[in-house]
Amino acid sequence: MLASSFASIPITLFGLILVTFLIGRVMPIDPVIAIAGDHAPPDVVAAIRERLGLDKPLYVQFGIYLRDLLHGDLGHSVMTSHPVTEDIARFFPATFELATTAIIIAIIIGIPLGVLAAQRQGSRFDHVVRVVSLAGQSIPVFVLGLVCLLVFYVKLGIAPGTGQIDVEYEGLVPRVTGMLVVDAMIAGDWDSFWNALAHLAQPALVLAYFSMAYITRMTRAFMIESLSGEYIITARAKGLSATRILWRHAFGNISVRLVTVLALAYAGLLEGAVITETVFSWPGLGLYLTVSLLNADMNAVLGATLVVGLIYLVLNLMADLLYRLLDPRVA
Amino acid sequence: MSGVLSRAWLLTDTPSSRTQAAWSRRYRAWLQLRTNGLAMAGLVTVAIMIVASLAAPLLAWQDPTAQDLAGRLAPPSAAHWFGTDELGRDIYSRILYGGRITLGMVVAVVLLVAPLGLAVGSIAGYLGGFADRVLMRVTDVFLAFPRLVLALAFVAALKPGITSAIIAIALTAWPPYARLARADTLTIRGSDFIAAVRLTGASSGRIILRHIVPLCLSSVIVRVTLDMSGIILTAAALGFLGMGAQPPTPEWGTMIASSRSFILEQWWVPTIPGIAIFVASLAFNLLGDGMRDVLDPRQR
Repeated sequence: MLASSFASIPITLFGLILVTFLIGRVMPIDPVIAIAGDHAPPDVVAAIRERLGLDKPLYVQFGIYLRDLLHGDLGHSVMTSHPVTEDIARFFPATFELATTAIIIAIIIGIPLGVLAAQRQGSRFDHVVRVVSLAGQSIPVFVLGLVCLLVFYVKLGIAPGTGQIDVEYEGLVPRVTGMLVVDAMIAGDWDSFWNALAHLAQPALVLAYFSMAYITRMTRAFMIESLSGEYIITARAKGLSATRILWRHAFGNISVRLVTVLALAYAGLLEGAVITETVFSWPGLGLYLTVSLLNADMNAVLGATLVVGLIYLVLNLMADLLYRLLDPRVA
Repeated sequence: MSGVLSRAWLLTDTPSSRTQAAWSRRYRAWLQLRTNGLAMAGLVTVAIMIVASLAAPLLAWQDPTAQDLAGRLAPPSAAHWFGTDELGRDIYSRILYGGRITLGMVVAVVLLVAPLGLAVGSIAGYLGGFADRVLMRVTDVFLAFPRLVLALAFVAALKPGITSAIIAIALTAWPPYARLARADTLTIRGSDFIAAVRLTGASSGRIILRHIVPLCLSSVIVRVTLDMSGIILTAAALGFLGMGAQPPTPEWGTMIASSRSFILEQWWVPTIPGIAIFVASLAFNLLGDGMRDVLDPRQR
């Protein structure tokens, strides 16, 4: 089973690359005209076409694309004029920082809510949790983000505005990891640290609500099933305390399945991050993707799409692996 | 037996025809759904939305694209229930017409996705072997992208607009249906009645269409209802990012995008379409949640 799940990776990966390649070829924007302009003489157009390899058959072009990819070459971004791989390496840490903070908040709040809702199934508390988490799955992230900015930044003035840090702190902290909060800590610059942390809080909370909804619902569903197990009756008969039964016996038994859910939730955050970063001008991969989109910078769009697909694939695989490793019943 | 469609006819324990058994099952499901207050609230909201969108020309007071630059950014009043936007257009009328676009996109996506997913899943599941491996690999590839990101790349390649958005969302939405239909097919494939049908000489196509697909439908319907909110949110996100419906089309996400700079002073302009998206998506989620409890308790 384990071997077959590994064997499928290269095929999925190949498909992933093929899909991004094909998307790049169906687009109506002619990359030659994008470079040479509308009124370029025919011989210039032909020369560029040859240089880009567009005069060759599609499968040869795909071969070239694969070869470049193996060398870590995703082409140049028209917008930043840097190689796309370099851009992605520069923008990715901010997304990682945002998504990781969000998932930690979502776990800390989401799991206890799910467990307690399951324990009091059908109670008023359960209903409130159900509506709150359904609302989290129903509200568009960009609406929540805009409303938060309006309320906390504009009306109440308790939160900083958009971006990763205030303008006066910009460029003070040397870049080590690319995660500003961590870098400020390494540099020992505590003013920058607190400022960066304050900037991180709002987008992270918005994103956290989005995945908390999912985590809470899954935890609740797993716990209801687990609480109806016979070993719970045994534990009760032994006279164990309710708290111990709830957390050690019932929750202990769902923790393996929950790990899978958390990995999937983390992967899902990538999607939420694209929009959250746009609303909060957070300089991550999502913002890079949307800005490139608006500038029709296809190399950058496809490169970012491929990288996001790769991360998604790895996280899904990790979820699968963890499940197999942690649960002895799955051979 | 009393008349057709009476309560007794529907609730009988000994149905005398296939039709009666089928309707009886549906009626029982409905009775169960009716006890779930949240699901009923969702159903009523969805119904109101459908009626309001269909009757938009009757309910709206203004052409949703009619501009009145003298009365721009007016707060909600008796003349303009939800105020006016940056070009003086009546937001109430635009929300109504926007509902048509949102619901229309949802219906279009579902009509593309459900048959495709059902076909891929049931064929893969029934035939097994090589066909199964190939089809499921293709499904895996599409599942390997986050939905919004793949949709964005597709729309960017095609050309921003409603049609592209529908195609892009459909392309990214079908894999879960294929997975679901395949799983259902695998459990049905081995049953005795399928073996019996096969013995009568029925072709694979007939078995899949007439005997397997109908049994996959209930889980697909539940999934569709739960997916509606995801489709609404993706469509709105595409609109918000400038990749979906284009202005002046009154699509809710697009409306927020074009008015987001007014949130500081005229908060209602971008907030009201936001509420519309939230209510629509929440209604479908509540309904889907209730339907899942009734029709398919296995799904979570």
